Amino acid sequence: MDLQLENIGHSYDGLTVLQDISLNIPTGKIVCVVGPSGCGKSTLLRLIGGLEQPTSGQVLQLGSPPAHSINPLTYVFQDFALLPWRTVEGNISLVLEDHHLNASDIKTIIDDVLARTKLSDFRVALPRQLSGGMKQRVAIARALAVNPAVMLMDEPLSALDSQTRELLMDDLIGLWIREKFTAVYVTHNLNEAVRLGHSIVILSRRPGQIREVVDIDLPLDQRRPGDPELESKQQHLWQMMRDEAEAADKELISG
Amino acid sequence: MADSTATAAKAAEARAAEATAAATKDTRRPVRFRGGGFVPQSRRWIGLAVFIILLLATEAGTRSGFISNLTLPRPSDVLATFVELFQSGLLWKHLLPSVSRLIVGALLGATVGIGVGIMIGLFSLVRAGLVPLVAAIFPIPKIALLPLFVIWFGIDEGSKYALIAFGTFTPTVVATYGAVDNVDRTLIRMGQSFSLTWFSIVRKIVLPGAMPGILSGLRVSLAIAIILLVAAEMLGAEYGIGAYILEAGALYDLERLFVGVTILSILGICVSAALTQIEKHLLRWRV
Ligand SMILES: Nc1ncnc2c1ncn2[C@@H]1O[C@H](COP(=O)(O)OP(=O)(O)O)[C@@H](O)[C@H]1O
Ligand SMILES: [Mg+2]
Repeated sequence: MDLQLENIGHSYDGLTVLQDISLNIPTGKIVCVVGPSGCGKSTLLRLIGGLEQPTSGQVLQLGSPPAHSINPLTYVFQDFALLPWRTVEGNISLVLEDHHLNASDIKTIIDDVLARTKLSDFRVALPRQLSGGMKQRVAIARALAVNPAVMLMDEPLSALDSQTRELLMDDLIGLWIREKFTAVYVTHNLNEAVRLGHSIVILSRRPGQIREVVDIDLPLDQRRPGDPELESKQQHLWQMMRDEAEAADKELISG
Repeated sequence: MADSTATAAKAAEARAAEATAAATKDTRRPVRFRGGGFVPQSRRWIGLAVFIILLLATEAGTRSGFISNLTLPRPSDVLATFVELFQSGLLWKHLLPSVSRLIVGALLGATVGIGVGIMIGLFSLVRAGLVPLVAAIFPIPKIALLPLFVIWFGIDEGSKYALIAFGTFTPTVVATYGAVDNVDRTLIRMGQSFSLTWFSIVRKIVLPGAMPGILSGLRVSLAIAIILLVAAEMLGAEYGIGAYILEAGALYDLERLFVGVTILSILGICVSAALTQIEKHLLRWRV
């Protein structure tokens, strides 16, 4: 299932946040969205996932999601959004309970996603017992459990320290190699973008418009830190972002 | 020439090193600790010790005549009166009706209060309709309405249940909708993003998230329930802690008055301890 954004525009009480965004999200690819903070990246993701309605334009699904997909458009949040009163297992079963699955199916799914995210030993741990990286692994496991057609990831690694981020990036690449999921990956970290993105969409400062789309053809599993091609792409992205970020930084918050 | 500058430099270096060593020697001391505090710590026996010290002081004061017998009864006399009450079997005759009134009334008020509070928290229409009403009835001293309750629910248990229930209801409602309002919106957004049903979101996210606030509201509500229990019993009951206290007060029997008051305190402590147990069980997930 592909997603297509057609001339999306959005404003909050007269404050235009996004303008004229048209974008294709092809099946099996990771599309990274980068842009200065406050340019409407999170808003765009909420519009794509149907948590909010765009003021103008529309988000289209091309084709239907695979039959086994329980929740076609699934989010991974920056702050993990785990229920503190449920264990790792309970947090994953939460999103399966409303879908008429029997107990043994639920257990099979949980076993599978915990194994894929290397969490099998933490089944009965509570979120407060886990480190940030582990919490985000649980959130990723929860997202994988519903077999999403498209994963909508809002700065999933931004709350983590750089070592953990590096490890989780490798994990994400591993997961993608195993099963080519589709994702819209919002980040402000250009390094994440060049490591994970098949294409990278650069938004201007608010109102967010697409400034450029950069494609990276190097397969994900061949992208090493320090690779010259990636470095030069990252440099290029930074040149473009720099001015936007600087100008965005000087704007008054009330806008 | 070069050699002598090198030695001079070396000597200067050595002097500097010596100077710093000397300076470190005099002024070497640990950094002053200025953190700590502002964290409640469990000190189990202090509360009990304060109680005992106060009691012993009163006992000593009344025995020495420093406190006259008309001001305060002697704690040992109060204890003796209590033992007498216990042995005569009258204790249970007074305590059982009181406790059952408390349980029925508080259960009714708290259940309806939590229900209404959740409705207010979830539906803007209910909120718009009921919040002003709750604000209007909150400050009414419920005891003033007892005559009305007697007419509505009869002179017997009915009016007492109603009074306690009504008094428990308002603080519970306010605490509950506040707690629902404070549930982390990102968790609710998460539930919606996984297409959970509305009912699931309420049951699995809103309710557990509001539980800490609801339980701390119950602490206040149940204390109010005990106050109203006594008030109701003072205004018309043959048996009950309130009736016992009223009778003692009418006779200026300070020993029995204090026995009654002590029973109420113990009742309050028991309710509070029960809530602590419930919190420990339901809020295990908190740090
Ligand atoms: N629910 C909302 N109501 C009003 N303004 C909002 C709301 N959500 C976001 N905004 C505003 O929209 C702009 C873009 O926000 P956001 O999408 O969160 O940016 P980003 O994720 O790129 O940092 C910000 O200026 C923010 O203040
Ligand atoms: Mg954001």
